[in-house]
Amino acid sequence: MSTVSETARPVSRPVSRRRAFRKSRLGRFVTRSPFYLLVVIIFVYALFPFLWALRSAFTPDNELFSTPLQYFPNHPTLDNFTAALQASFFRHALLNSTIVAGSVTLLSLAIGSLAAYALGRFRFRGRSFVMYLMLSMTIFPQIAILGALYTTISKFHLYDKLGALIFSYLIFTLPFTVWVLTSFMRALPRDLEEAAYVDGATPIQVFYKVLLPLIAPGLVTTGLLAFIAAWNEYLFALSFIQSPNNYTVPIAITSFVGKSGSAFQQPWGEIMAATIIVTLPLIVAVLVLQKRILAGLTAGAVKG
Amino acid sequence: MSSVATPVPPTGRRRRRSKLQRRQTRLAWLLLVPSLAVVAFVAIYPLGKTVYQSFTNQEFLALEPTKWVGLENYRELLHDTVFRHAVWKTIEFTLITVGFEFALGLAIALVVNSSFKGRGVMRAVMLVPWAIPTVVAAQMWKWMLDDTFGVVNDAGTRLHILSHSQAWISDPSTALAAVCAVDIWKTTPFVALLLLAGLQVIPGDLYEAAEVDGASQLQQFRKITLPLLAPAILVTLIFRTLDALRVFDVFYVFFGNRPDTQTMAIYNQDTIVGDGHVGYGAAISVAIFLIIALFVVIYVTFMRVTED
Repeated sequence: MSTVSETARPVSRPVSRRRAFRKSRLGRFVTRSPFYLLVVIIFVYALFPFLWALRSAFTPDNELFSTPLQYFPNHPTLDNFTAALQASFFRHALLNSTIVAGSVTLLSLAIGSLAAYALGRFRFRGRSFVMYLMLSMTIFPQIAILGALYTTISKFHLYDKLGALIFSYLIFTLPFTVWVLTSFMRALPRDLEEAAYVDGATPIQVFYKVLLPLIAPGLVTTGLLAFIAAWNEYLFALSFIQSPNNYTVPIAITSFVGKSGSAFQQPWGEIMAATIIVTLPLIVAVLVLQKRILAGLTAGAVKG
Repeated sequence: MSSVATPVPPTGRRRRRSKLQRRQTRLAWLLLVPSLAVVAFVAIYPLGKTVYQSFTNQEFLALEPTKWVGLENYRELLHDTVFRHAVWKTIEFTLITVGFEFALGLAIALVVNSSFKGRGVMRAVMLVPWAIPTVVAAQMWKWMLDDTFGVVNDAGTRLHILSHSQAWISDPSTALAAVCAVDIWKTTPFVALLLLAGLQVIPGDLYEAAEVDGASQLQQFRKITLPLLAPAILVTLIFRTLDALRVFDVFYVFFGNRPDTQTMAIYNQDTIVGDGHVGYGAAISVAIFLIIALFVVIYVTFMRVTED
């Protein structure tokens, strides 16, 4: 384009008009529109399943199970939400998952931040070995230890108890927490710590009075990521939990059965209401902490 | 190390520092004890135990005592057609999803990397599929793919893309495509975000210089973007491949333990928890572990080669 207009100056009228058009507002819109179309497609693609779940959750059963489909409910209702919340296993699951994911997160942060302090602020022999160990744990296939955990857990009478999950979930939350928190620890400047040492602080005091407050944002991010990972876990929960009162959210979501008790027609309205209930808090948290999550994810993956 | 700043008399310096160093090393290990203990107890010990169990005929809640059977389980595994089928299904799934996720993810990353209005919103939106639990996402899609009341069939027939409604999940010819669709939907934005992070560290003046030299968009992409993005691409591919190889959730929600659509992980879980064959299941676990390790080795050697 530009070479044409430069070499063919004398006969450049149509070209320059085209150029002027491209520079005008409308022109910019027209030339950019395929790009924006692409943006819109990505947008719809990413959000549609969630929006469809939302639509189905508010649609009464008689409209939900009739063809042709109505894309917006004629008589929006909250019935599906009340039905989902009336299922006692689902209410238990919300509580159980909060307990499990919460404890796993707190444990990982407590234990992991100590390790991150050692790995991020001290130089010692074996440091890189520990780093590699933790990294290899983050890609560890959990299925490989299912049988061993299964027998160990039943030996310690933890089968069908939430403790079994808290214990086994540490395998994927802790190494990840250590790895990400170490990168946060390393990024801190040395001066503050040194000033504290000059003032006579002990390493432990330096840890919880100086460093820990400084990596608070890192703790929030890492904590949220660990929480989401534990909240979403399915394989161990499916294998170690049996009674409906001890279900976690992923198991409960797949356990709804139709009112008549027949599994023939699944109560999709109720299931979709349940999916909205369990994902909405996550989505809100993720959107609020968006920037930090991106930082944490890339620290965990790209720098790895 | 941190108190190097404090003045130390030259004579005692060496001994003093080594004493300090030793104290620091001790403290560091002390801080690591809880984490290492957890890793040892939750990962390394069970892994060792799995290897041991794989040489026995252990059954869950067995009446007879467990016996050492040597390589018997592995011999059986070699002739286990169900397992072989599961391995190929898993690898097929891995190749399809990782391929699509990478291609689509790169395209999305390039779009989002250019500046336009609403870019921030776009990045936020991309986190939504990632934040939705896999099991929940699978349920959402299962409903969307329903044979009679699913929106995919409805929209497809209305737009004349489909001639008739499809039983996407129960029909063996579309079953794999259906699970792949869920995984691709859930993970592509994540891949895009990782690649985007890689794109953003490429300095802008490189493109400006290329522009001055008259390089075309395609040339810029091939000579600047791809080589500089290579490390991020490799890491993303490794993480995705390893993740895809242990896939469990989507398949289980869609098909349960239906034999024609078992993945390695589902067959393994079903053998251990469903049938109680702990010994044989352990052998399957070890095999899966080795298969995944093989992929790691392939990637790492590939990485070394491209670095040289």
